[in-house]
Amino acid sequence: MTRLWKTTMAALGGVAVIGLAGTGPAAAEDTITVASWGGAYSMSQREAYYKPAAKEINLTILEDEWTGTIPEIRVQVETGEYKWHVIDSEGGTILAACDEGLAHEFDYEQFGGRDGFLPNAALDCGVGTISWATIYAYDGDVYTDPASAPTSVDDFFDVEKFPGKRGLYANGFGHTMQMALIADGVPAAELANYMNDNPQEAIERAFAKLDSIKDHVIYWDSGAMAPQLLADGEVVMTTAWNGRIYNAVVEEGKNFKIVWDGQGIDYDYWMIPAGHPETDLGLKFIEYASRPDVMARQSQYISYGPTTYAAGELINPDIAQHLPTAPQNTGNAYWVDTVWWGDHVEELTERFNVWRSQ
Amino acid sequence: MTADGVPLKIKLRRAERMRKVWALALIAPLFVFLLITFIYPIAELLTLSVQEPAFVETLPETTPMLEEWDGRGYPPDETIASFAREIAQAREDRTLGAVARRMNYDISGYRSLIMKTSKKIAESLSLPDDQMLDAFIDIDRRWEDTAYWAPLKTATPPLTDYYLLWAVDHTRDVDGNIVSVDDNRKIYLEVLWRTVEISIFVTLICFFLGLPISYLLATLPTSKSNLLLILLLLPFWTSLLVRTTAWLVLLQSEGLVNDFGLWVGLWSEPLELIRNRLGVYIAMVHILLPFMALPMFSVMKGINPWHMRAALSLGATPLAAFMKVYLPQCLPGIGAGCLLVFILSLGYYITPALVGGPDDQMLSYFIVSNTNQTLNWGLAAALSVILLAMTLVMFLMYNKLVGVDKLKLG
Repeated sequence: MTRLWKTTMAALGGVAVIGLAGTGPAAAEDTITVASWGGAYSMSQREAYYKPAAKEINLTILEDEWTGTIPEIRVQVETGEYKWHVIDSEGGTILAACDEGLAHEFDYEQFGGRDGFLPNAALDCGVGTISWATIYAYDGDVYTDPASAPTSVDDFFDVEKFPGKRGLYANGFGHTMQMALIADGVPAAELANYMNDNPQEAIERAFAKLDSIKDHVIYWDSGAMAPQLLADGEVVMTTAWNGRIYNAVVEEGKNFKIVWDGQGIDYDYWMIPAGHPETDLGLKFIEYASRPDVMARQSQYISYGPTTYAAGELINPDIAQHLPTAPQNTGNAYWVDTVWWGDHVEELTERFNVWRSQ
Repeated sequence: MTADGVPLKIKLRRAERMRKVWALALIAPLFVFLLITFIYPIAELLTLSVQEPAFVETLPETTPMLEEWDGRGYPPDETIASFAREIAQAREDRTLGAVARRMNYDISGYRSLIMKTSKKIAESLSLPDDQMLDAFIDIDRRWEDTAYWAPLKTATPPLTDYYLLWAVDHTRDVDGNIVSVDDNRKIYLEVLWRTVEISIFVTLICFFLGLPISYLLATLPTSKSNLLLILLLLPFWTSLLVRTTAWLVLLQSEGLVNDFGLWVGLWSEPLELIRNRLGVYIAMVHILLPFMALPMFSVMKGINPWHMRAALSLGATPLAAFMKVYLPQCLPGIGAGCLLVFILSLGYYITPALVGGPDDQMLSYFIVSNTNQTLNWGLAAALSVILLAMTLVMFLMYNKLVGVDKLKLG
C-alpha cells in the first residue's frame, strides 16, 4: 500500500473517531475500548467483566464490535490511530497477527504463568478468555426415543441408520475435517499427533470420509443459522457452536440435544494491538479478566467455559455440565492446534471449496 | 464584425468555451468525489493482483540474489547466508509475516517452517557462508529438500502474474512454463463459467418475462397501467436482503410453497426448491425483473401506436407487424434492460450465497472469501480484475452491436 493510501485511511479513521468521541463520554486516562462480537456474548462480558471492572479496578470500559478480520487491526497499527485497547479474537487471527507484528507479545508472569491455562489457551499474542466447542446437535422432537437417537460422531456420518440432511459449516473446514477423522477411527487424543505426522494422509482420509455424506449436506455460514436449520426441519442434525444451541434451548424452548462426542474445543483470546501507547491499561484489564473468580463469572451468562484450571474449579456444577470443558463432556474431545491450521488454512479452504462445488 | 470589433466567429467560440468551462466546473465536485472514493481505491486494489512487494521490502538484499539464481538445487551459499540474516532481522522487525504467508501458498507448512527457522537461525549467523545450509537443515530437516528452496525464486519478482494465473487455475513450474494446477485446486475457471452461465440465463428469463409485462404496461390506459406499475415497483424498492430471505422462507422444504403443494396434493414429498440452481434463478429473476421491464416500458411507451396499425392495414400479419415494425423500435429498451440485468447478475453475491448450494456460488463469493477469510488479497484482486474485464467486454460488445448512444434507461 502506498503512503497516500495509508494517510487517506488514517484521515478517514480519525474523522470517525472524532465523530464517535463527540457522542460518548470524554476520554479519561482510565478508560479503554474493548472490541468484541456483540449479541449475547458481549452481554456476558459486560456483566462478568466490564461493569464490575469499573468498581473493582477503577477502569471504565467502552465497547465496540468488530468482524474479526486482520485488516481491521492492521490499519490501526500501521497508521497509529488506535481505536481499540483490547480485542477479543479467535486463534487463527491471533497467530497471523502475531506473525505480522500486529499484536503485543505477552509476558505470562503477569497472569501466573502459562501452566494455569488449558492446552493451547495461552498463546504468545493471545490470552485465552473463553473456551467454546464445535459440537453437533439434533432435535429431540425428531428423535423422540432416546434409545434410537444419535450418540456419537459416527452417527453423524451414518446416513443409513439416520437418514436426512446434515448441516455443516461453510466457511471453516477445521472442525469438519477433525470430526471426519474421529468418525473414521482416529481417537481424539491422538488427533493432533496424527495430523502433524501425516498431514497429507489426514487430509485425504478426511475428504474420503466426507464423501459418504456429501449428497446430504446443507451448509450454514453464520452462527445463528445452524439452530435455525434444525428448527425449520431442514436438517436432522447439524454442527454448531455449543453456545448457540444452548441459547436456543434456554431462550426459545427448543428441544435440541447436544452430542458431546468428538467435539473440538476452541478458544477466544484477548489481544492487544502492537505498539498501543496505553498497552499497560490493556494489560491491567486482561490481568483482571483472567483472575479465577472473575473469569468464573462469565459462564453464568453464557454457556462458554473458562480457560484456566483455577477458574474451572469455581464454577457452579449446574452450569458446568453445559460447558464444553466439563469433565463429563470431554471424554472424546480434542483441542484445536492453531499452528497446524495456520499452515494449512489456505490449502484446505481451496480444497474444501473445490470439493463442495464438484 | 460586431460592435466591439471582435469577429462574430471568435465571440461565438468564446461563449462556447465559457459554457464548457461552466459545465466542467459544475461536474468537477462529482468527478473529484468519484476519483477519491471510487476510482482511486479500485485502481489501488487492482494493482494488488500483479504486485508482490513483500519480498523486496522484507528481504531487500536477498531478493536480487535469488533472482540471479537459476532455481535449481540449492541457492549459492552467500544467498543462503543473506537469507538467514534477513529473515532473522525481519523476525525482530516483525515483518516476516507477509513473506511467510506468500510462501505458504506454494507449500502448506512453509509458514510455520520459516517462522520457526527465523527464530533459531539467529544463533548461527556468525557461521561461515558455506555452513549456513547445514544450519538450516539442523533446525528443520525440510530444508534438505530442494523443493523448499525453489519456490523462493518464483515468489521474489515484485511484479508477478502469479495471482492472475491462479485465478484461471494455472501456475508456473520451475522452468517458468505456464501449467495447469492439479485437480484438487481447479475451481476458478469453473466458477467463472458458472457466473456467465447464471447471468445469461437470468437475463434470458427476465427478457421473456419482462417483454409481455412492459408491453401490457405500455398499452393499457394510464389509470390501470399505473396500478400495475406500482406492483412492479413495490418489490423493487424493498431491500434485497429482505426479499432474498423471504424466498428462503417460502421455498424451504417446510416452507409455504411446499406445504401448500403437499396439502393440495400436487406432489407427495417436499420438493427441493432451494439451495440449488432453481432457487438462485427464482430469487435473482424476481429481484432483477424490474431492471429489465422498466427500460423496455419507457421505450415502448414512446412508440407511436399508428405504426402498428399502418403495418396491419397494409396487409402484414400481426406477428410480422410485431417483429418488423414494433420490435425494432423497442431495441434500445431491450438492449438497456439486457445489459443492466446481465451486468448486475455478474456481480451477484448475497442471493446465491443465501439461496444457492455450494455449486451455485458466483465469482464475487470467492472474492469476498479471499478478502475477508483467507486474506489472500492478491488472488481476490486478480478475480476482481477478471470480473471487471468481463463487464467491460460485455459493455464494448453491446456498444459494437447496438451502440451505447441508443441506450435508454427510462
